[in-house]
Amino acid sequence: MPVKEKIIEKIFLLIALSSITILALITFFIFEEGLPLILKIGPKAFLLGERWIPSKGAFGIFPMIASSFWVTSGALLLGIPLGLACTIFLTELIPPSIGILLRPAIQLLAAIPSVIYGFWGLIVLVPLIQNYLGGPGLSILAGSLVLSFMILPTIITISEDSLKALPPSYKAGALALGATHWQTIWRVLIPAARSGIVASIILGMGRAIGETMAMIMILGNAVKMPTSFLDSARTLTTNIGIEMGYASGDHRQALFATGIVLFFIIMALNTLAIFLSRRRVH
Amino acid sequence: MQANSKASLWFLTLILILLTLGCQRSKAGITVAGSTSVEPFAGLLAEEYMSRHPESHIYVQGGGSTAGIEAVITRAAKIGMSSRNLIGEEKKLYTVTIAKDAIAIIVNSKNPIQDLSLNQIREVFAGNIKSWDKLGGASHPIILVTREEGSGTREAFQKFVMGKEDISLEALVQDSNGAVRQVVASNPNAIGYISLGLVNNQIKALKISGVEPNLTDIENGKYTLVRPFLFVFNEEPVGEAKSFLEFVLSPLAQKMLFKEGLVPVLAKIAQE
Amino acid sequence: MTQSIAKFLIWMGALSTIAVMILILFQILKEGLPVLHLRFFLDSPKNMGREGGIFSTIIGTMALTGVAILFGAPLGVGTAVFLREFTRESKISRVIRFGTDCLAGVPSIIFGLFGFVFFVIQLNMGWSILSGGLTLAAMILPTVISTSEESIRAIPPSYREVSYSLGGTKWQTITRVVLPSALPGIFTGILLSIGRSIGETAAVILTAGSSLVMPTSLFSPIRTMSVHFYILAREGISMEMAYGTGAALILLVLMINMMAQWLINRYIRHRT
Repeated sequence: MPVKEKIIEKIFLLIALSSITILALITFFIFEEGLPLILKIGPKAFLLGERWIPSKGAFGIFPMIASSFWVTSGALLLGIPLGLACTIFLTELIPPSIGILLRPAIQLLAAIPSVIYGFWGLIVLVPLIQNYLGGPGLSILAGSLVLSFMILPTIITISEDSLKALPPSYKAGALALGATHWQTIWRVLIPAARSGIVASIILGMGRAIGETMAMIMILGNAVKMPTSFLDSARTLTTNIGIEMGYASGDHRQALFATGIVLFFIIMALNTLAIFLSRRRVH
Repeated sequence: MQANSKASLWFLTLILILLTLGCQRSKAGITVAGSTSVEPFAGLLAEEYMSRHPESHIYVQGGGSTAGIEAVITRAAKIGMSSRNLIGEEKKLYTVTIAKDAIAIIVNSKNPIQDLSLNQIREVFAGNIKSWDKLGGASHPIILVTREEGSGTREAFQKFVMGKEDISLEALVQDSNGAVRQVVASNPNAIGYISLGLVNNQIKALKISGVEPNLTDIENGKYTLVRPFLFVFNEEPVGEAKSFLEFVLSPLAQKMLFKEGLVPVLAKIAQE
Repeated sequence: MTQSIAKFLIWMGALSTIAVMILILFQILKEGLPVLHLRFFLDSPKNMGREGGIFSTIIGTMALTGVAILFGAPLGVGTAVFLREFTRESKISRVIRFGTDCLAGVPSIIFGLFGFVFFVIQLNMGWSILSGGLTLAAMILPTVISTSEESIRAIPPSYREVSYSLGGTKWQTITRVVLPSALPGIFTGILLSIGRSIGETAAVILTAGSSLVMPTSLFSPIRTMSVHFYILAREGISMEMAYGTGAALILLVLMINMMAQWLINRYIRHRT
């Protein structure tokens, strides 16, 4: 009997190692395809180069890094206040009965495919921006707006969890000391849930940086350094998405190399978020 | 249901799947992959072919000329579609021209401009002419739309129009003819280039120095932005691939292509 | 005073967010619902998607999701069982959890790159339901693991103790006591994963291709509903078809998620 138990345990161990195995495989293949190119043209030329013209062998991805940064910042600029507002709204400002209705609604929204958001951005936002704000409409602004809505569920759910995890004495104590409801929320509860909220923002950021399809649809994909929110731009993800099907040889390797950079950024963000959210348990 | 029998059911299904995998590897049907310019036409012909040969399966998909050629080399696809001529190493493959296609320079239908010279087009796409009023239009900034790197259409455009000059990095990039058309159709200041076969009444095709992109002027060589649509094979095709190729080169299919806006080419085979 | 202003702003913020979300869904459903008649679901796309329905894409979506669940669910549940039943907090479990958390954060385009170079090229599966399904399985793994772990963790230790005291082995305890009790939670996780797979586009295009033809085997390329929607929307082939596909997508995803929500509610109520 014990032998059979041992075998079963080993089988389960093997199964459990699948996630780390897949992660290792992904890392291996992405690096195997992309690293040679980074080494070939030098990391500095790759990361800081401002010209991406594959047909001429120019593989600088700095405009893409900058654009990813611009688009994500824009998304956070709108997403953080809205996300916090919705979180506070859900936890403090409405009776629990309505909360029971709204919370599943947020989960539902999180499940809407990104191409739907992208489509809406294309049909509604892009013409609006084009006609009223100028520029081609296909712009960083459109991307940021759509992204901010896409990351809202992430920010809201995790921030809400952090607020709910706070001991009730925090709120009761503050109110007993004479603080108004708002003062309690803003100066006691939110700061106390700080690390969870920050973790949620970082995860939202990771999601924003990783979004591809919706961005291809509404960013315009021009390969230049962004100078305004009305400019068209290309992020790290859309760079891969838009040229992957057509690339071969050095070009394809350069796209995998873009993937490496993306991979690093997201891994760093996610590790930070994990670290922060584990810490808050204490 | 007992948990044990549930586990065995999982196992059984897995084994069944694996068996199906093994038996089906030699699937009936061929994959045709490559240029997104050729794709809609190949797809149309594949539909027609399959309605006449119900047991056959032709899977058409895009990915771009370069990807299609490579798919043929790696045997991921039986037939590759290309909207550009083969270069370098690729020349050892067996190619057949199935039609000719012109590249049309398109602008929004509200744009008053009807005609531009090749020089002007080059300067516009290089980013040296930035405003429509330099070309006789209103004083609005020109919005450039181009295809992505690796696209056969872009390469043809580069070769015929740009020459040594680069397309401006400010240009919006879209990854298919249809997407380029969409952008130009919804922006009165946009200019782009697409396959002539995809021009519709949402946008307007420009004349180049007075020459219109129509069949006559393409055939007599006056309109020069013409490129071949190629089917690419690893070696001379046999079986299903050959049958499909023969269909594509048949008068019926060529007439279909002509109706869609391509220039038909009957029995013109290029072996490199 | 500050309180009223603050609360007012919050109300505005929250309500406008809700309003925009409803608007987005409303827009697509408004244009798309009229398109959804029976023929739309039962006909395959014709004329490159300009006419007909979306039948082949529905089959493609189902097939892809099926393969993903077939491989992802056992691996995910197995991992959860291992973490909960066979170890305490140890180095192994920390490594596994780290791997799972990291995997959860990998963007879909990277999965697409991986799936392309590993399944499509390296393992020579080509663009196929199998390549796409296996890639999706990797993507849903973290979700299945965490939801399964949650539900297994929620089972009171007394259940297991009773089983052991009655002479049950570990295997018997797991399969006859733990798993059946955790089933609703596990199933919810699988449902959520199905919802995610349906909406996935980037990874699918790179691994399953975009052929509109009905698949004949697991090695056939296939276009899923979300890929079809993406292509229709970008190329302006047919706005009507795009809206219809979009509406169908939204309804499908909403339905699945509502089922999951209902299960969660019932499960939680059942537990307390």
